[in-house]
Amino acid sequence: MVVSIYSQIDANRKKTYFIMVFFILFIIFISYVFGKALGYGGSLVGIAFIVSGIMTWSSYYFGDKIILGLSGAREADRKRDFDFYTISENIAIGAGIPKPKLYVIEDSAPNAFATGRDPQHAVVCATRGLLQKLDRYELEGVIAHEMSHIQNYDTRWMAVVSILVGTVAFLSDWFMRSLWWGGGRRRDDRGGSGILIILGIVFAILTPIIATLIQFAVSRKREFLADASGTLITRNPKALAMALEKISQDKEVLEAATNATAHLYIINPFKDKNFTAWFSSLFNTHPPIEERIKILRSM
Amino acid sequence: MDIFTYLIIFAGVLLVLALAAYNAFVSARLRIKEAWSQIDVQLKRRSDLIPNLVASVKAYAKHEKGVFEDVTKARNSLMSAEGPADKAKADDMLSASLKSLFAIAEAYPNLKANENFLQVQKELSDTEDKVAYSRQFYNSSVLDYNTKLKTFPNVLIAGNLGFQEEEFYEAGESERRSVKVDFS
Repeated sequence: MVVSIYSQIDANRKKTYFIMVFFILFIIFISYVFGKALGYGGSLVGIAFIVSGIMTWSSYYFGDKIILGLSGAREADRKRDFDFYTISENIAIGAGIPKPKLYVIEDSAPNAFATGRDPQHAVVCATRGLLQKLDRYELEGVIAHEMSHIQNYDTRWMAVVSILVGTVAFLSDWFMRSLWWGGGRRRDDRGGSGILIILGIVFAILTPIIATLIQFAVSRKREFLADASGTLITRNPKALAMALEKISQDKEVLEAATNATAHLYIINPFKDKNFTAWFSSLFNTHPPIEERIKILRSM
Repeated sequence: MDIFTYLIIFAGVLLVLALAAYNAFVSARLRIKEAWSQIDVQLKRRSDLIPNLVASVKAYAKHEKGVFEDVTKARNSLMSAEGPADKAKADDMLSASLKSLFAIAEAYPNLKANENFLQVQKELSDTEDKVAYSRQFYNSSVLDYNTKLKTFPNVLIAGNLGFQEEEFYEAGESERRSVKVDFS
C-alpha cells in the first residue's frame, strides 16, 4: 500500500513535467506547420513559444484558481459549514497534511473535487447538495478520498491536464474555424487544397492525443487508490460506499461542471445525461461506481 | 591499492551509512514530537470546553453535584497528566464521566434544546474526532520510527546512538465514535 502510494506520487510528478514540456513542443510544432502553410514564417513560432510557456506556467501556479473560477465556488466558513470545515481539519490531522482551503458550490447536485499543485496549496470543493444529503461519516469518507488525491499529487496532475488539454481542444477548434474562413478567402490566390490537407492532418493528430491525455488523467487506478488511501485515514470504508451510492443515485445534474473539469469530480457529474457532445465517450474511463462500492464493502 | 586503502574506503562507506541512518532517526523522532503536540493541543481544547459544558448543564440540573465534581476532577487530572500513557488514562476517565453527564442531560428536554448546550456538544464530539485522528497519526509515526530502529542494519547502531523505542498512545474503552452515540 505505502509503496504503491509513493510510486503514484512519483509518477504524478514526472507525468506533470512531461505533459508541460510536451505541450510547449506541441504548440511550437503546430505553429511552425501553420506558419509555413500560411506564409508567416518563423515569427509565429516565437509567439507560440511565449504564449504556450505562459499557459503552462499559469496552469501550474494558478490551475486551482482557474478551476475554482470555472466552477463558481465560494469559500466555506466554519460556522455555516461546520461539518465540512471540522471534518476537513480532522482528516488533515489524520493524514498529516495542512488543512486545504475549502470551497462550496451552491448547487443541489451532490459532488466534490480537489485541486491544487501540492498539499500546501490545496483546495477541496464540495457542493451544497453534498453537504446537505450526506451524514457526517459519509462526508468524512468523501473528504478523505479527496484529500488522498491531494496527498498523492493527483490534483497537481489533473489541474495541469485540465488547463492544457482544455487549451489544445480550444486551439484545435479555433484553428478549424480560422482555416475554414481563411481557406475560403485564399482559395483564389494560393493553393487552398494544401491548407485543407494540413487541416486534415492536424485533426488526425489532435483528436487521439486529446483522448489519450484525458484517459491518462482519469485512470481507474487513481480513483481506486484514492478510495483505498482515504479509507486508510478514516478506517470506515462502509461510510464511503454509502456516500458513493447516494451520490450516484441522485438524479440531479451538476450545472457548474464543464468538459474541462468533469473528470476532477468524485463521480462523473454528467451522469450520462444532458451530454451529447462527442467528448462524452472519452469520459467513460470513470471507473464504474458499482465496482468501487463492491471493493469498499469488502474491505 | 593495498589493504589499508580498502579499509579506509570501507570505513568511509560505513560512516556515511551510519550518518544517513542517524538523520533518518532524528527526523522520524521529530515527527513523533510534532504528532504528539497535535494530540496535546486537542486534549487541551477538549478540557477547555468542559467548564462551558458543565455550566450549561448546571443551569438546568443544579442538584446533580456529584457528576459535576467527577467531571471537573477528571478534567483537572487530564490537565496535569504527563506523557502518552498518563494522558490516555486521564482522557478515558474524562470520557467516562462525560457519559454520565450526558445521561443526566437526557432527562431535561429544555436543556437538550438549548442552543449553547447543543453547540458545546457539537464542538466536543468534533474534538473527540480530532483527538482520535491525531492519535492515529501519532501512532503511525511511532510505528514508523520503531520499525526504523528495529530493522537490520539500523538495529545494530540505534541503541549506541541513544535512540529508544517510543510508546504508543493507547485508547481504552471509550474509543472514538462510541461516545458520540450516547447523546445524539
